[in-house]
This record gives sequence, C-alpha cells and structure tokens, in this order.
Amino acid sequence: MDYLYYPGCSLEGTAKEYDLSTRVLCHALGLGLTEITDWTCCGATAAEAMDELLAYALPARNLALAQKMDTGRDILVPCSACYLNLKNAAQALGTDAGLRGRVNRLLSRENLSMSGFVRVRHLLDVLCHDVDVNDIVKAADNRMADLVIAPYYGCQCLRPFTEFDDPEQPRSMDTVIRATGAGVLDWDMGGACCGASSAGIKPEVGTTLVGRIMVQAAPAHAIVTVCPMCQMNLERFQTREIPVLFLPQFLGLAMGLPAKTLGCDLNLSDIRSIVSRVAP
Amino acid sequence: MIPSPKPEKPAPDPVLSARVAQIKDLVASCIQCGTCSASCPNLCFMDMTPRKMWRFLLCDRVEEVFSSDTFSMCSSCYVCTLRCPRGLPLTRAMAGLKQIGFHLHMARFRRAGLFYGAFMDNIAQYGRVREMEMMTRYFLALKDPLVPLGYAAMGVRLLAKNKLRPRLPSRGRGKLAHLFEPLDPQEQ
Repeated sequence: MDYLYYPGCSLEGTAKEYDLSTRVLCHALGLGLTEITDWTCCGATAAEAMDELLAYALPARNLALAQKMDTGRDILVPCSACYLNLKNAAQALGTDAGLRGRVNRLLSRENLSMSGFVRVRHLLDVLCHDVDVNDIVKAADNRMADLVIAPYYGCQCLRPFTEFDDPEQPRSMDTVIRATGAGVLDWDMGGACCGASSAGIKPEVGTTLVGRIMVQAAPAHAIVTVCPMCQMNLERFQTREIPVLFLPQFLGLAMGLPAKTLGCDLNLSDIRSIVSRVAP
Repeated sequence: MIPSPKPEKPAPDPVLSARVAQIKDLVASCIQCGTCSASCPNLCFMDMTPRKMWRFLLCDRVEEVFSSDTFSMCSSCYVCTLRCPRGLPLTRAMAGLKQIGFHLHMARFRRAGLFYGAFMDNIAQYGRVREMEMMTRYFLALKDPLVPLGYAAMGVRLLAKNKLRPRLPSRGRGKLAHLFEPLDPQEQ
C-alpha cells in the first residue's frame, strides 16, 4: 500500500522521533510513504480559536497539494491534531460547496484548489487495518514478552470522527501490541484528555490531567502514544518515572529494528528498559 | 465553585451579535441535562459549568459568558460533543466563543489569545511553526517574566535533544499571508 505522507510541524521538531519511527516502521511493513511537497501547518488548535475560515483554509492548502500530487492515495497522518484538522476540512469542503468556494478563492493565489473527496487516515488506523498483523508477530518473535503496555490514545484520533475505534473504550492498539508478545493494560484512561494545548498555556492543567493518567498507568511497564501533543504532555508532567514512547517506536523495537533509526535517543522520558529488549 | 467576578461587558461590536447568534443556533436545542459538565476533564479549572454557560448564552447573558473562564479552558477533547444526547457540536461552539474572545481581546482569553496569536503569526510568516521564535514572541507579549521560568526546564530538555532549532527570524511578506487576509480589517 502507498500513501501520501503529512508529517506536520511537531514531527519536524519536538516529536522528531515520531517522524523517524513512522518512516522506518512503514518501510519495514511494506507501506510506501511519499511526503506531500511543500506542506504547511494544519492550523493546530490555534486556528479554530481565531477564525473559522482560517481553520478550513490552512488544512485545505495541504489537501489541495495532495490532490495535485495524486488523488488516488490516502493521506497518512501520524499527529492526531493534524489528522482531525485535515479530516474536518476534507469533510466540510467535500460537502459544502459555498465554503469550498470561499476557501478556494484564498488558495487560488497559489494556483491551488481543493475539489471532491480526499481520504485522510490516522497512522493508528493504517497500522491496525492495512497491515497484516502476522508480519509483526513473525518479526517480533515475542521480543516484548512479560511487558505490560498502557495504550494511550488521547482525544483527537478518536473524537469527533469515530472512524476506526470506540471513542469511549478504544481497543485498536490491543492487537498490534499483543503481536509483540506484550500484554495490554486494562485501564480507563486510554481516551482521557492530557490537557492538550491548555496544558501548554496553563501548566496546572497538565499536572492535574496527566497526574490522573499516571496513577492508573502505574501497573504498566511503559505507555505508548499516537500523538505528539500527548507524548509531550505525558513526558513533561509525568509524576513517576515510566517510559513513554510512540507506538511506531515500540513496534519497531519489537520487530528488531535498530533503536537509533527509531529515534530512541530523542525521548525525554527514560525508555532504556524497553530499548534494552533489542540487541544493540 | 468560585463566585464569578464582575461581568465583563464586551465592547459594542457589530460582529459580536452576529457571531453570538450563530453560536446560539448551534446549541439552541440544549436540554440542560449536564452531560457536558459531567464529562469535561477540565471542569475543575472552570468557574462556571459548561451546562450553565450554555444556558446563559441562550438567555443572551453574554456578559456572564465572557466573564467566566469556561470557554478558554476547553482543550477540545470532544467528549462533550461525543456524549451530548442532543448531538450538539459543543466543541465547535466553544471554538466560536474563543474566536470572539480572541477578536475582542477579552481579559479571560488574554493568555490563550496571546499564545494562539504568536503561533499563527509564526505560521503566516513561515508556513510551519518555529517553536523557539513562537514561544519567545509569546513571552514578550505576556510581559510577565515569571511565566517563562515555568517553561525553562522543558526548553533546556528539548534543546539538549536538539529538538529546538534556533533560527534567525525573517521579515517580508509571509509564506501564507494570503490565507490570513480575511482576518485583516484593512482588507475587508
């Protein structure tokens, strides 16, 4: 399977290891990624708090760039906020001709225009539905046996678009985590909010919300995430030492891919106990 | 609950009443069940429950709405939107209130507004966020030397991992300036 790849701003900076591990894991699983040329910010949480038209125009520019490259391939997005913004724009502009016209007038300055349907998919959706889990099982050879992993989904890959999982009791990560030989922590905080950008603006939000998550994560050996914002908040506000790593880092390690290529030296939390499972 | 401070009277603005009317339409069929309040992870940081805030809005008591910090504490987790038995787009309605707070420079939205403003200036200029410059602009705009201290530890950790690339700011017309033109009053 081949995809157009939208990394998003965080994956160039604070979440570099998410970009590295996504590319390396996808390559190992036979998923082809072509980065969208000249992509720009999706608007994050900031655009929707400023102006509705802008909150559609920023992601739409990227959808138009993707359409110019190839209308047949799905867009793969690892960041949950980018995923939500791109998907929201794809859906709204696909159905509301008036809005599409207003946005396309802005985009026309760069000779871009968005039309019709584009399929936007979260990395988690692709890993759970487009990959043969036996490929992971074979490569992992139970390397992560005896570990208990807390799957942390966060909000925006689950809600408001309930595309590939139960937004109250998410389970999609279970299969791929178990494929590595590891067990899955049975907990209620998988879809709980980490504070997102509110934690960036008011640290006490992060301390409180991440604190609740950490209490329930206590029995696990590690937390895996699928969003750069969640990863940052869990690492910044963690109240106890627990490895926090991105799902493709964990799966990559399980499959024996070199830790360095998965960016395992870049996490802010101490993930050595998980990395040590792979022979150096 | 902390008692609400003196209501903030929004400056008369022709856009305000139109925008408030649009947001009222989104939540018009609210039955005041309180599922939104019970589901909100940030409720403990709000001085008014979301349920009560929607009621004030529908009763045109806009001053109370904008004097509370409820809308500015929404972190867009979409749990209320998911669970609302009336299927109301509550997170989108919250975003509408944030937009008003931003445009009218409301006190309760000052910190968030300055943060989002610094972020979006950065995007208009470069297309992609440059975190170092964005945070610097935010701290300068806040004019509170204590705030950056809270971020210093994180900044050092990110720098040590080579995740923040200090780069010289550039001037001139921004890469995405054309997408921001509708926001500029002089262009309207």
